Amino acid sequence: MTKYLLKRLVMVVITIWIVITITFALMHSVPGNPFATENKNIPPIVYENLLKKYGLDKPYSEQYVMYLKNIIRGDFGDSMKSDTETVNEMIGRGFPVSARLGVQALLIALIFGPALGAIAALFQNKGPDYIAMIISIIGVSVPSFLLGAFLIQFIASNIEWIPIGGWGEFRHTILPSFALALMPLAQTARLMRSSMLEILGQDYIKTARSKGISKTAVIIKHAVRNAILPIVSILGTTVSNLLVGSFVIEKIFGIPGLGMFFTTSVFNRDYTLIMGVTVFYAIILVTALLVVDIAYMLVDPRIRLTKEGR
Amino acid sequence: MEKLLDVKDLAVSFKTFFGEVEAVRGVSFHVNKGETVALVGESGCGKSVTASSIMQLLPMPPAFYKNGQILFNGEDIVQKSEKEMQKIRGNEISMIFQDPMTSLNPTMRVGKQIVEGLIKHHNLSQDEAEKRAVEMLDLVSVPQPEKRVKQYPHEFSGGMRQRVMIALAMVSNPKLLIADEPTTALDVTIQAQILELMKSIQEKFGTSIILITHDLGVVADMSDRVIVMYAGQLLEGGTVDEIFTNPKHPYTRKLLGSVPRLDMDRSESLHAIDGTPPDLYIPPKGCPFFDRCDNAMVICKENMRERDYHTNSHYSCCWLNHPMAKKVAEGGVR
Repeated sequence: MTKYLLKRLVMVVITIWIVITITFALMHSVPGNPFATENKNIPPIVYENLLKKYGLDKPYSEQYVMYLKNIIRGDFGDSMKSDTETVNEMIGRGFPVSARLGVQALLIALIFGPALGAIAALFQNKGPDYIAMIISIIGVSVPSFLLGAFLIQFIASNIEWIPIGGWGEFRHTILPSFALALMPLAQTARLMRSSMLEILGQDYIKTARSKGISKTAVIIKHAVRNAILPIVSILGTTVSNLLVGSFVIEKIFGIPGLGMFFTTSVFNRDYTLIMGVTVFYAIILVTALLVVDIAYMLVDPRIRLTKEGR
Repeated sequence: MEKLLDVKDLAVSFKTFFGEVEAVRGVSFHVNKGETVALVGESGCGKSVTASSIMQLLPMPPAFYKNGQILFNGEDIVQKSEKEMQKIRGNEISMIFQDPMTSLNPTMRVGKQIVEGLIKHHNLSQDEAEKRAVEMLDLVSVPQPEKRVKQYPHEFSGGMRQRVMIALAMVSNPKLLIADEPTTALDVTIQAQILELMKSIQEKFGTSIILITHDLGVVADMSDRVIVMYAGQLLEGGTVDEIFTNPKHPYTRKLLGSVPRLDMDRSESLHAIDGTPPDLYIPPKGCPFFDRCDNAMVICKENMRERDYHTNSHYSCCWLNHPMAKKVAEGGVR
């Protein structure tokens, strides 16, 4: 187990290093720099000084090594567009907001998604199945900006207590959480339905029934327990996507989260911020994947043995 | 002898999109206390449907009881509700399935799987239940039972898993054990071990067994009586001796004739029964074996012969039994 974890940790570090390298290369392969678009307004001497300040006048190899050194110290550097905040501070401010929304959305998705899927499977080709599948088709196909606007139009403008947007209290998080949750909810519902249908046809379900235990016990202890496994395996990407926030949802509901940095940093050519959020996302993703793999070992005894290598 | 199970004129059908499949069409047989009855027939003849319907384990719908009674201890199982069946399943009637590799829940410890039903039926505490699981594994000769109860099915071999299945089925000491091709998925040496185990358990507990199989070797070894099923109907029934030495129905004869024999000339090819069983969407009016029978007569096409009893226990349903039918060579086994 320890050996396996150490191995995985080394892989995590290597993955993040590869992400850094590719992002760095891609970013610099595009002509121009953060200040190039504005150089008409700034005197050449200032422009030179700006480049010097951020180290952009040095060769790429040197910039790359310097960036790696800073990353190891946990320093993402100064934002090239914001005078007041470093990249660390921007992430530190945005991430808790996005993460809170993400956790709420995740809870909604993981409570209702598998339940919906399981019900659909149990009532295959009957009313509840159709309703559940309509919900999940809507969830998968309706884009989040439309859903956000819809929620504002029909819920926020009719119920006084629920605000249209903004941030601060719990009530601000309700609509964006639901808007964020619908997509993963729909995906897990569909996945749960198909995996549940497969499991319900398994021989061991018949064995369980032949023991005389109640239908509910068969479904919960034998069917759901096994049907949930594929959902655990897709959880890694879902969790990390939700945690770092969504540009669209945060824009619509006016939420000061991390999600919008992903887009604005690219528009602004804010090199350090691009690197910062990308690397941060990579860290969250590989950590989530690692956690999911460990969770998988806990829920599926077959994986446990093979990974420990007996 | 006291009848434990008495199936009377049972008919089970499946409703499908294309129409009704009459899987079991008027089957009558009984099982006495402590005896083993073998139900033989080729794939798709309704053996498993018959067995599952005794425990109400068929998915309903699409399956439904069309006719008949299943009297278990004098009570009709066909009329029982799901709640009532839960008290019978695993407690008074248990089942062993064909494929031990897929019949155990991969994410539950085997000990727990063995006693799960018992806990429900007898309100056992966790400690008692675990002790019982160890006892059961010991009974089915799984080595190191204390260690094995805590393991998962993937840590067991096929034969060991089938032993676990037997332990699971026998844990409540049921009166009737339905073994649905219990050795088909196992290799021959393990097969023999599992059959021995079933025999010894039967002797110990006096359990009645319905053994479903298409392996006639297993039948000869294990059972007291044999019933031969074809296309949802019983064509012949009798004691093992009667069926093997004096088969009356042409189907039984052909079935016995298709068993490879040690004294067969090696150049001789194996005997198979030509043709295929009838389509049960449109079941034949007459004898279902008509198309494949060497001795078929005009009357066989439209009319099914009722049972003719040759001895107290031996019957067959064939027009050849009619006094006016021409005599064909008997003795059967080619």
